[in-house]
Parts: sequence; C-alpha cells; structure tokens
Amino acid sequence: MNADAILEVEGLSTVFFTPSGLVRAVQDLSFTLRRGEVLAVVGESGCGKSITALSLMRLVPTPPGRIVSGTVKLEGRDLLAISEAEMRDVRGNAMSMIFQEPMTSLNPVLTIGAQIAETVRLHRRVTRAQAWDRAVEMLRLVRIPEPAQRAREYPHQLSGGMRQRAMIAIALACDPQVLIADEPTTALDVTIQAQILDLILQLQQQTGTSVLLITHDLGVVAETAQRVVVMYAGRKIEEATVEDLFEFPLHPYTHGLLGSIPHLAAISGAVAERLQEIPGMVPALSNLPPGCAFAARCDRADDRCRADVPPLVELRPDHIVACWHAGAAS
Amino acid sequence: MTGYLLRRLGLMLLTLFGISIIIFVLLRLVPGNMVDILFDSAGLVDPAEKARIAAELGLDKSIPEQYLVWINGLLHGDLGISYVSEKSALKEILPRIPVTARLALSAIVFAVLVGVPFGVISAVKQNSAIDYGLRVVSLAGLSMPSFWLGLVVLMGFAALTGTLPVYTEPPKTTLEAFLLVAVPAMTVGFRSSALIMRLTRSAMLEVLRQDYVRTARAKGAGAGRVNFHHALRNALLPVITVIGLETAFLIGGLIVTETVFNIPGLARFLVESIRNRDYPIVQNLVMLTAFIVVTINFLVDLLYAALDPRVRLGA
Repeated sequence: MNADAILEVEGLSTVFFTPSGLVRAVQDLSFTLRRGEVLAVVGESGCGKSITALSLMRLVPTPPGRIVSGTVKLEGRDLLAISEAEMRDVRGNAMSMIFQEPMTSLNPVLTIGAQIAETVRLHRRVTRAQAWDRAVEMLRLVRIPEPAQRAREYPHQLSGGMRQRAMIAIALACDPQVLIADEPTTALDVTIQAQILDLILQLQQQTGTSVLLITHDLGVVAETAQRVVVMYAGRKIEEATVEDLFEFPLHPYTHGLLGSIPHLAAISGAVAERLQEIPGMVPALSNLPPGCAFAARCDRADDRCRADVPPLVELRPDHIVACWHAGAAS
Repeated sequence: MTGYLLRRLGLMLLTLFGISIIIFVLLRLVPGNMVDILFDSAGLVDPAEKARIAAELGLDKSIPEQYLVWINGLLHGDLGISYVSEKSALKEILPRIPVTARLALSAIVFAVLVGVPFGVISAVKQNSAIDYGLRVVSLAGLSMPSFWLGLVVLMGFAALTGTLPVYTEPPKTTLEAFLLVAVPAMTVGFRSSALIMRLTRSAMLEVLRQDYVRTARAKGAGAGRVNFHHALRNALLPVITVIGLETAFLIGGLIVTETVFNIPGLARFLVESIRNRDYPIVQNLVMLTAFIVVTINFLVDLLYAALDPRVRLGA
C-alpha cells in the first residue's frame, strides 16, 4: 500500500442490467488518489466517469446497477466490504460528493441552513444550535454574502452559482478526507465556473482534502489537477501528470481530445488552424467490440487492436497508457 | 403570502356565490312541486287553498326574489322552516352534523393513515412482492363501490360474530362504540385510501429519482430519513390536493353508507329531503356541503403554502 495514498481503487467494475442487455459502465478500473492532491478523471459523456464516482460512494442505483468486482480502499479500509450502516457513516463524513446539477441537487422544501446542518447532525454529536452555527460558518467559508440570512432561505431564492456554493458547503461541513466533485461547473455560466473552481481549489488547500475531480473539460483539468485519468468506454486508457499528459499524450484518443480544444492563437486568427475532431461515436456500452473500444474511431487501428484489449503499460515515468500503438501521432 | 391568502379567500367566496345560484336554480328545475305534493297528500281540491300554501311557503314569489330571501336568511343564520317537519331547518340539520362529521373525519383519517404509509412502502419497494400485493389491494379498493363493500362487510360481521355494527340502540361497551364508527368509516375510507396509496406511490417514485434525494443519500442519511424527511415532503404536495378532492367524493359514499349502516346522519337526511322536495333542507344541506368542500380546498391551499416555500414566498 502506498503511504501517501488516501483512496485506492483496484479493479472496480460496475454493470447495469438493462432490458437491452448488460451495460458495462465501468470495467477493471484502478487508480490511486494521493493525500492532498487533485486527481482529474476525464472523458466524454457516457464513458463511465459519473458511475465511477457513484460506485465509490456506493450510490449506484441498485437495481439495475451493481458493483461486480474490485476494492475501494479509503485509508486502507475497503468500502465495498463494509455494511450499509458503516457506509452511511462514511458518506458526507470521510468522503463526500458534489454534483453536476446545483439547480436540482438541493431539496426545494428545506432551507439551505437546514440542509447543511443535517450533514453535521448526521455525523457529529452536536446540538441543533451548534449544527446551525456550523452551517452559517460553512456558508461564510464558501463566501456566500450575509450567511446568517442566506441560511434561512430556500434553494429557489439562490442563483445557480450560490446553490453550487451551498452544495460545496454541505460536502465540506464534516471536513471530509476525500471530496468527489462530479462535473461541478458544467451547469454553470462560464464566469461562475471559474469562481467555483477557484473556491474548490482554495478550500482544498485550506483543508487538505483530496479531490477527485470528474470533468469532460480539459481546460478545467489544466487549471486545477495535478494528475489525470483518461477514461474511454468504461476503462482507464491513460494516466499521467497533467504536464506530461498535455505535452506527451500517448493514447490516440487523448491526442484527439487535446486536438479538439480551441487555441487562442487560432481563435484570434493569428494561426490558421482547424479544430480536430474525433470521427465516429462512442460505442454503446451494452455492445462493446472485443478489442480496443476506440479502434473503430482510431486512425492507427489494425487487426490486433480489433481483436485484443491493450494492457496498461508505463511508457514514461508515472505515465501509463493502454494502446498497442501508443506514442506521439504519426 | 398575505396576497396569496387574500386571493384564495376571495376565490372561495366567489365560488360559494356561484354554487348558491346553481343549487337554487337546479332545485327549482327539478320536476315535481312541493305545493302539489302537499296539496295532493292533504286531499285538497280548492285552488285558493293551493295558493295559500304557496304563499305560506314563499313559493308564490319570483325565483330571484326567493333566492334573495334565502341568501338573506342564510347570512342571518335563518335557514327557513322544513316543509315536512315544520321545524326550523337549523334545528333539523345541527344535531345530525356531529354524526356525519365523526364518520367522515374517521374515514379520511383512516384513508390517509393507510394510504400514505403504504404508498411510500410500495414506492420504496417498487416491483417487489409487497408492491404487487399493495397494488392489487388498492386496485380492488378503487373498483368496489362502497355500498356493495358495506353490505359485504355487514354480511361478514353477521356470519362471523353474529352481531351487526349498525345503530339500533346506544352502544354498551367502548369496543361497540368504536366498531360503530370504525366499520362504516373503513368502508367509506377504503376507496379513498386506495386512491391516496396509488398517488403517493407514483409521486414518491417520481421524487425518489430526483437529484436532491441522491444528495441526501450522499450526506449519509439513512433510508427512513431519505424517504420520509426528504422525499415524502415533496411527494405529499399532489397527494394533499387529492385528499382535498376526495372529501367531496366522500359525501357521495356517505349517503349510501349511512343508509346501509342505519346511521342517522346528514347524508341520509339529504336523500330523504330530496325525495320530499323539502327545499329549505336540501338547499341548505347542499350549500353546507359546498361550504365544507370549498373550505377544505382552502385548507389544502394553506397546507401547500406550509409545505412548499415556493408557494409561500411566491417564486
């Protein structure tokens, strides 16, 4: 076991039993979140990132979903092996989560303060008044103006950005060791996105919480994370430090993702450059091809790619990739 | 909030005014005239006598005039005189109110206490054996008319215990007194409980899929807290509307049940009075019913405001 690891995920597989067949949402996923770092999980919609997050929290809707194998060790304790009651004690306490939709993730009939205080009351032996004070303190921490008054307001009285701040306040109210942020800025205006990311980063540094940041936005990754896991069709296909990934993307899919980010020089017209697109579509998770899931969209693909799933190999220091033809683009 | 209340209150008064006109006109359109009935039954033949009876009952005036007399009396607490018993209509109606009120209230309480929790269980255990069982029971509840159910219950009682839970003489034991209310109340309330259960179930299924329910789980809240504190409070909004509407339907069920169980309540009295064309009783009873239904709807609006801050704060 890695000494500075806080969360170790090993061989995690989550499937969904649907009328159209078995959907392998997450397959044999392993990664390690280190103490105090921000680890980004990147991928397109439907690549299994959100299901990964829900699996870690054991919140996958069951049925139809089920975690079929793997271990999720939080400070050495396997969360997949403990009872539901023990897991309830972990959720919102040692490990908490913020969601993509701030507009719908707060209960419309309860005040903001009550929703934050609830988390505190669930995990700490405090009085109602102490929990409320903590709620107001958290609202101040996430920089909501007039926190004492806002605590008595309802979600519909707050803007989207304010609601996401309130969600962060709920998630951090019990000083979790791990914060899972599932697309925390996707539903927000661009200007608000930057504020929320800044806030998460500042609080992360202030509290020492380790953050698992799930996003489809490589711009967000570049600004916030130290390391990245790239997922495609339920599998990890590449993992590296942010610098190394941006400089030496080894998987053709990562390469394509980076190529699809508009550069300022191109936008301003200084350089004539077309945005690259990745041809084709993500394969249906209920009907994955036998070999590499990306083969159908890949210009490097050959018969081996279509027949066998490539293993993860460390091609550069701290940089692993699953591709038979890994390396810079030809 | 005050604006919301005033709007609701204004709407309530307007509705009552409209209902009073409809009741009055409808009653006058019903074929068969009280004067004729009294006239014939008394064996009279003199047209002058007939005119005297009409004048005595105020039926010689024009319909708008009769309406004004009625409304004016209503506002002053004078409900007129029953044509049949020739007693004050108020004295006929008042003693019957507690009998029916107790039955109706017990029925609704039963319906809610059964419907809401079982609806929640059915939703939380969706597609399980419990869910299927409860759905079959509720479908049966919706399909069985209360008069038929009432008769079956009475026959069952007679066959099993040899006694009937019907009003014959004052109850001797507490159990008897309880059964006298509980059995008819359950008979009337069963249909409502079935409806409330189905609605609670579908509202809960809807709410349980919401993001904020997932948030509650992510906080570490247990199943009970998630289902009742977070989900049910949101799911109750449509259910409360239906509970309000059900009380109106309940009155229909009461008419038959009071007859079947021989309960001297308002609903049975209403049917007798309609048969006798006893206008002062009928129009006041229907007006009372309308007033109750409208008041319950007003209370439902108040409950809405209490439960949903978006209504209360005018989002």
